[in-house]
Amino acid sequence: MMERNQSADLLFEISKPGRRCHRVPPSGLPAVGLDSRFLSGGSPPLPEVAELDLVRHYTNLSARNMAIDSNFYPLGSCTMKYNPKRHERLVSLPGLASPHPLQPDKTVQGMLAILFEMQEMLAEIAGLHACSLQPSAGAQGELAALLVAAAYFRHRGENRTRVLVPDSAHGTNPASAAIAGFDSVTVKSGDDGLVDLADLESKLDERTAVFMITNPNTLGLFDHQILDITRKVHEKGGLVYLDGANMNAILGIARPGDFGADMMHYNVHKTFTGPHGAGGPGSGPIAVRDMLEPFLPSPMVIRDEKGGYCLQQDRPLSIGRVRAFFGNVGVLLRGWMYLRTLGPNGLREVSEQAVLNANYLLTLLRDHIDVPKGAGCMHEFVASAKILRREKRVSAMDIAKRLLDKGYHSPTVYFPLVVAEALMIEPTETESQETLERFAEVFVSILREDPETLHEAPHDLAISRPDEVAATKQPVLRWKSA
Amino acid sequence: MNPKDLKYAKSHEWVRVDGDTCVVGLTRFAVDQLTDITYIELPKVGERVTGGEGMGEVESVKAVSDIYAPLDGEIAAVNDALSMDASLVSRDPYGEGWLVRIRPAKDGRLDHLMSAEEYTRQTEGA
Amino acid sequence: MSYIANTSSQQEAMLGKIGKKSVADLFETVPKAVRLDRPLRVPPALSEMELTSLVAKLAGRNRHPGDLACFMGAGAYDHFIPAVVDTLSSRGEFVTAYTPYQAEASQGSLQVFFEFQTLICQLTGMDVANASLYEAGSGVAEAVMMAMSVTSRRGPVLIAGTVHPHYLATLRTYMANLEPEIRVLHCPGGYLEPSRLEAEVTEETPCVVVQHPNFDGSLEEVAELSRIAKAKGALFVQVFDPLSLGMLKGPGELGADIAVAEGQGLGTPMSFGGPYLGLMACRESLVRKLPGRLVGQTVDRKGKRCWVLALQTREQHIRREKATSNICTNQGLYAIRASIHLAALGPEGLRETARQCLEKAHHLRHLLVAKKVGEIAHVRPFFKEFRFRLGEGMPAAAECVDRLLEKGFLAGVPHPENPRDLLIAVTESRTLEEIEGFANALSALRATAGKGAGQ
Repeated sequence: MMERNQSADLLFEISKPGRRCHRVPPSGLPAVGLDSRFLSGGSPPLPEVAELDLVRHYTNLSARNMAIDSNFYPLGSCTMKYNPKRHERLVSLPGLASPHPLQPDKTVQGMLAILFEMQEMLAEIAGLHACSLQPSAGAQGELAALLVAAAYFRHRGENRTRVLVPDSAHGTNPASAAIAGFDSVTVKSGDDGLVDLADLESKLDERTAVFMITNPNTLGLFDHQILDITRKVHEKGGLVYLDGANMNAILGIARPGDFGADMMHYNVHKTFTGPHGAGGPGSGPIAVRDMLEPFLPSPMVIRDEKGGYCLQQDRPLSIGRVRAFFGNVGVLLRGWMYLRTLGPNGLREVSEQAVLNANYLLTLLRDHIDVPKGAGCMHEFVASAKILRREKRVSAMDIAKRLLDKGYHSPTVYFPLVVAEALMIEPTETESQETLERFAEVFVSILREDPETLHEAPHDLAISRPDEVAATKQPVLRWKSA
Repeated sequence: MNPKDLKYAKSHEWVRVDGDTCVVGLTRFAVDQLTDITYIELPKVGERVTGGEGMGEVESVKAVSDIYAPLDGEIAAVNDALSMDASLVSRDPYGEGWLVRIRPAKDGRLDHLMSAEEYTRQTEGA
Repeated sequence: MSYIANTSSQQEAMLGKIGKKSVADLFETVPKAVRLDRPLRVPPALSEMELTSLVAKLAGRNRHPGDLACFMGAGAYDHFIPAVVDTLSSRGEFVTAYTPYQAEASQGSLQVFFEFQTLICQLTGMDVANASLYEAGSGVAEAVMMAMSVTSRRGPVLIAGTVHPHYLATLRTYMANLEPEIRVLHCPGGYLEPSRLEAEVTEETPCVVVQHPNFDGSLEEVAELSRIAKAKGALFVQVFDPLSLGMLKGPGELGADIAVAEGQGLGTPMSFGGPYLGLMACRESLVRKLPGRLVGQTVDRKGKRCWVLALQTREQHIRREKATSNICTNQGLYAIRASIHLAALGPEGLRETARQCLEKAHHLRHLLVAKKVGEIAHVRPFFKEFRFRLGEGMPAAAECVDRLLEKGFLAGVPHPENPRDLLIAVTESRTLEEIEGFANALSALRATAGKGAGQ
């Protein structure tokens, strides 16, 4: 299907000196003489192409991607749900797409009204008191929240140096802790895939600033010990941070604030259907309990005395900014449209159906592949190819690559680290029973295939498996003219 | 397969006493676990290292592992050939793929290191 | 309404197969004590028609450069975006794809990012570029953390006082709990005097950060500054404006070790501050410390050229707490937009755009001075933006902005350091009529202000 494309040449290889696309006619104004120490000799050596060249180039390239719009994409932990088209149309209205970020508040009242309501809705869904929309993505949200925690403890005169992170956590958790100036300490998972309470307790003390937990966790399990966990952390004076990557499982069902989290981030591009945009942009708002609100990034949207909205810049205890300007507004607007479309019942339905779909797919697959911690999964589950690898020399990667041949994007592989040969599967609520059944059939048929066929997969895509070792040993990171 | 004349650390480094310095490398077991080695970061000559603490890193395509100093001392030499071709370590871990030479500290001891037999037992148990 | 495909009879059949009576039974592991026993307090659901009319109403309450001629800049600019950028980047195959971890199913995105990296290298004259960061503010912070990691120095980080205040604020936030102090070099003349840097930089300085053109729009003595920094072994970080490089020397030629920029001007609408596009490039020797995603060229098993994510061991998902950066997403879709934008401009289009910005900005400055509205705050060469000090009889900058709204102008950004200073940007999008109309409207405020004072 992908071989119909005319060419996979690089832009630079189709360039022809003198060819033009966009033109900017002369202004008619006199030339301005800048000193030669500032001026380059000529323009940078960019490619020279015609408009049709561009259109074919990018159209052909786009056909070499799998995407939600074209394929089932059960990539665990990424929540690859349908991205509504109405959002794309509405965010491109000039009143939303064009305002300058520093326009006077009174000229952007519609924008501020939306962002204010978004802050309120996200605080309500979290069961927390206040929300900052500034962080650009989940990882920046984590960092911002940990900086808030650091500022809070400093304000109270407490010297707490450690952040505890479960071994099943996303890599961003320990990386964010390090930048925020904390030592990160790993807490083990028990055999059931949940936090090992004894290990947690042995590591909790007066040095603990924050315990970061993903709940439901990366195995797709809701940690039923959560009230115990959060109580223990609070008893030692620490704060509980919830990594909201898996919020799609509990919208309107359980709220992090109600189960003891003091701070959390959202991934608007996951839970509230971003979209993902080939790797970004994201948006990672953070919600916090009341005592932490003064430390949130600035500015925040507040109501003024006259019933209008304004940006509150003067917040003396705030950690400051984690980026220039307000935040990833375009993504926030889409998230707001999604929340307004769904309403309270629709939000709850998202989680109910996401969990139903995951459990249904698990039921279809569990007799064919080992799912070591699958009992009672939420919105996703983690299968393991460990036995297959031992018996048939078929790895998680082989299965993933063969699924691509069959028109399915692969699950997340080799994560979380606590499951060997992991295949992490998240169908999301927007897929139908028929899609799940077809996927399961194909998955099972792959397990029965000759191992050699799997080792060589994919067979039918634009390329076969790339040589990653060569790409890393002698990295070629840009095109150079011959 | 683990040469008998070498000493071994739990963290999978080998040590060969050679005059007043010790040659250090990674064991075959470690190299096989790491699969295709793509890059090695080593300490600089003159740097002090502490036994049991990290002194460098070894990378494969999708993993990074620490290299631990097997003893206290000062780096006397590093294997420059590895910066050109890290796969030397995979091809010849006990020979051309050596990592560094350490000049042991005055009170530096080697008696915490294992014999080839003990080390083989450790890795087979793993 | 929640985009659910399964019908209620399907849902029942699925529950039956799972062996559960109701959907509620699927949530048994969530303790009763923490379950929410009421509906969320969010507004009720809207149909597509209702949502469309609500959004149209709220969007209508925002003024914007489509109905006001925009002379605002300060890090976000009203540059023209060719239609091909919108059309091609909005293809669902780009918009609804994930990070290209599965290379075989993501050659489209991977090739675009490889081309993006190349385009940024061509533009800047640097050796290597990553596949983008969030935006310039956090980009500056990432560059400083990278420099600390490369040099292992913990002396004060030196940053020119003429760097965008939001970038400086972001750097302070990121560095709040890390060792090096941040020392802002004051620039009374509106640019960083090389002698000032010479006096401050030491063998313990991890890096020097300079923005050129700077926050005021003025040009800095970058070549000399980078030489001074490097003489002490400090890395030189330059914040640049991509569109200025149609005429100005690039960071590569000026000696930057790390170059960072806001890429919004390359095909990204201003959308009230984001999403934007952080650009970052560096010298070849620093690539292992470069944060963010990188795409590399390789071959597949049949020897066919292809692209994959490269040097992933730098990143947080592998290096965890030892990673130089915690960044996980890039701005994929906006890197795609910037690539299309740069390719559409080509070398000539970029040069024409830069020349128009330069000429139109100087034309406006000339008109304002001729009409005795005021004077340029610091006499320095500038590119597309200048800091204008309002003369006697003129209202303060914020009031000028306020009063020109009625006349159809977004008049500029009041300068944070002086209420009499207005930061004015002129892009290629402004017509000569708008420029002249703006100069007239601004000078008209002086007349009325004068009368008011006389009463």
